[in-house]
Amino acid sequence: MSEKASGYLDMELLRFTTAGSVDDGKSTLIGRLLYDSKAIFEDQMEAIEISSKKRGDEEVDLALLTDGLRAEREQGITIDVAYRYFATPKRKFIIADTPGHIQYTRNMVTGASTANAALILVDARNGVIEQTLRHSYIANLLQIPHIIVCINKMDLVDYSQETYDKIKADYQKMVVDKLNIKDVRFIPISAKLGDNVVDASTNMDWYSGSPLLDLLENIKIVDDRNHGDARLPVQYVIRPQSDKYHDYRGYAGRVASGVFRPGDKVKVLPSGIETSIKSIDSFDGEQEVAFTPQSVTVSLSDDIDLSRGDMIVDANNVPNVGREFKAMLCWMNERAMMPRGKYTIKHTTNETRCMIGDIHFKVNIDTLNEDTDDKLVGLNDIACVSFKAAKPLFFDSYKKNRLTGSFILIDEGTNETVAAGMIL
Amino acid sequence: MKEYNINHLRELEAESIFVIREVAAQFENPVMLFSGGKDSIIMFHLARKAFAPAKVPFPMMHIDTGHNFKETIEFRDMLMEKTGTRIIIRYVQDSINQGKVVEETGYNASRNKLQTVTLLDGLEDLKIDCAMGGGRRDEEKARAKERFFSHRDEFGQWDPKNQRPELWNLFNGKKNMGEHFRVFPISNWTEMDVWQYIYLENIEIPNLYFSHEREVFQRDGTLLAKSDCIPMRADEKIEKRIVRFRTIGDATCTGAIESKANTLEDIIDEVAATRTTERGTRSDDKRSEAAMEDRKKEGYF
Ligand SMILES: Nc1nc2c(ncn2[C@@H]2O[C@H](COP(=O)(O)OP(=O)(O)OP(=O)(O)O)[C@@H](O)[C@H]2O)c(=O)[nH]1
Ligand SMILES: [Mg+2]
Repeated sequence: MSEKASGYLDMELLRFTTAGSVDDGKSTLIGRLLYDSKAIFEDQMEAIEISSKKRGDEEVDLALLTDGLRAEREQGITIDVAYRYFATPKRKFIIADTPGHIQYTRNMVTGASTANAALILVDARNGVIEQTLRHSYIANLLQIPHIIVCINKMDLVDYSQETYDKIKADYQKMVVDKLNIKDVRFIPISAKLGDNVVDASTNMDWYSGSPLLDLLENIKIVDDRNHGDARLPVQYVIRPQSDKYHDYRGYAGRVASGVFRPGDKVKVLPSGIETSIKSIDSFDGEQEVAFTPQSVTVSLSDDIDLSRGDMIVDANNVPNVGREFKAMLCWMNERAMMPRGKYTIKHTTNETRCMIGDIHFKVNIDTLNEDTDDKLVGLNDIACVSFKAAKPLFFDSYKKNRLTGSFILIDEGTNETVAAGMIL
Repeated sequence: MKEYNINHLRELEAESIFVIREVAAQFENPVMLFSGGKDSIIMFHLARKAFAPAKVPFPMMHIDTGHNFKETIEFRDMLMEKTGTRIIIRYVQDSINQGKVVEETGYNASRNKLQTVTLLDGLEDLKIDCAMGGGRRDEEKARAKERFFSHRDEFGQWDPKNQRPELWNLFNGKKNMGEHFRVFPISNWTEMDVWQYIYLENIEIPNLYFSHEREVFQRDGTLLAKSDCIPMRADEKIEKRIVRFRTIGDATCTGAIESKANTLEDIIDEVAATRTTERGTRSDDKRSEAAMEDRKKEGYF
């Protein structure tokens, strides 16, 4: 294998998402990023050239690279998340290109929930608008560790530094200071023409930062993971029906956070029984250590009966165990939340029923202030709500732990996922 | 913190194993679709990893069009035998015999579209509530839009404009009677990832993927293998070429590429240098701009 190809064997993965209002240029930016980093194949390029021509466009519309559904191409907007992939010698990227239209906010949340970084686009002609605020709020709520605000369509404002500075100051005041976001960077770009996307712009000498791709290649992400609190939600119990493994019982799951080693003292929840890790097993033999985000199988020193939904945790550092908790909710269904309503809750590998309790406040998206009077939680609303579950859950705050602090609600009548929750 | 970092292949592997285990936990009667191509081979490999040292707790299922390369079928049988895995095989020919579908005619006739019917019938007969497939989002623009857990109505249809939200690693597999799910554990893998993983894990694959001499002919810019199931036009000439396949589907619609790559290292180099997508060699996708979206809505893989 050539050196170039073998270098690709060992890369770090970065997942990022786009956000911002409709037509701010998210899909175009992704198209440009792929095109300029030579991740577009000839047949894909040919196909979008033909589609652009068919629509009567004068130029090739790079947004067609991600807008893959018929309805999206006809309407020229993104409806659902598109996933795209590319690699540079430094990193491998998974992109979730999300819709800006308010009607499809739930799809934006879908794309953003697993992201390490978010690109928030702002149209330089319009500045910070309601949808910019909504998406920024959601990105922050989801605790996406790195935010890059791309002030786009600079070509349409004569690459004006003044315009850029004003939008940057507005965003700083209206969003960053208000929400106390930590890692935010700003960058002036033209997605359509490629300024500061992969290559540094020659039209904006006043900007001294790096182009977007450079930023994406160099953001540090390892430290964002929680390596402190050892948590393993039991996903599946492995019991081989063979003589060789007669008494074997393995607990399979994905390490939600922290590190496990054979010999570690652990507690199993809900029973609270203490034991220790006997072995960490895999297809290829025993493993010396297991850490997030690995999928592993562990066996325990004592013969305890665990099942799906239970959790193996550090004996000296246990999560909250309880039936009542408070969370921020993104409501994602046309049918509004029912006060005192009952829903199925999925949290880690656990599932039970829960009841809606007090509605503490709703977020006013125009001001990002808390509104304590409005109690109607409908499509695209964000609210702070109390819950009572039918059985104890084992949880951390979402701030501390993305995987043991998140849940979804399911409508028992329609089976639809109606809300995403982040435990406070 | 470097020691607690894993590379992209191991992260993808962990994600896929999580999804496969989730299927085993959430569904009563799941199957894993197995075509004998590289994607289903790695998906099967991941399933074995997910449940070791126990056996994979669900059967494989192959929708056999009867238009396969014989090497694919031999490989399939060898692998299932060697690993002691149960495989359910449903034949498109049976659906034709039962009058459920009508065979296309003409030079470009393909059973590609017909297999949707055989698949949906099979799922219904056997009361299968989830079928895992080896589809990857990087393959095609409609696939790029699909969730890991993709809900199908009682007619097996996909509604791309109304997909359920899918957050973090919380997968909602709830459904009404008669509905089912398609789950795509390797959604986030690219062609390059697949090849690197095959190399890394030393996974056995059919020799069709490696360079070999074969009788082929040109049609619409594609090199098709000489085969009993493809009628040839008078002006089409058989010639011997050194080729390999980038994807393995039906012989009627899978194009070969000229290549001397006969080791995994060579293939990885070739993939790194290529300028076209692997689907570019599949004439089934070239039929129209939204060909894949339309087939998927009807219930195709
Ligand atoms: N002049 C100029 N036009 C741009 C630029 N970026 C995007 N556009 C145009 O803006 C329009 C909308 O772009 P899209 O990329 O589809 O916007 P989007 O943010 O993905 O929209 P949704 O996904 O529907 O929310 C298209 O006509 C683009 O060509 C830019 O940098 N300069
Ligand atoms: Mg878009």
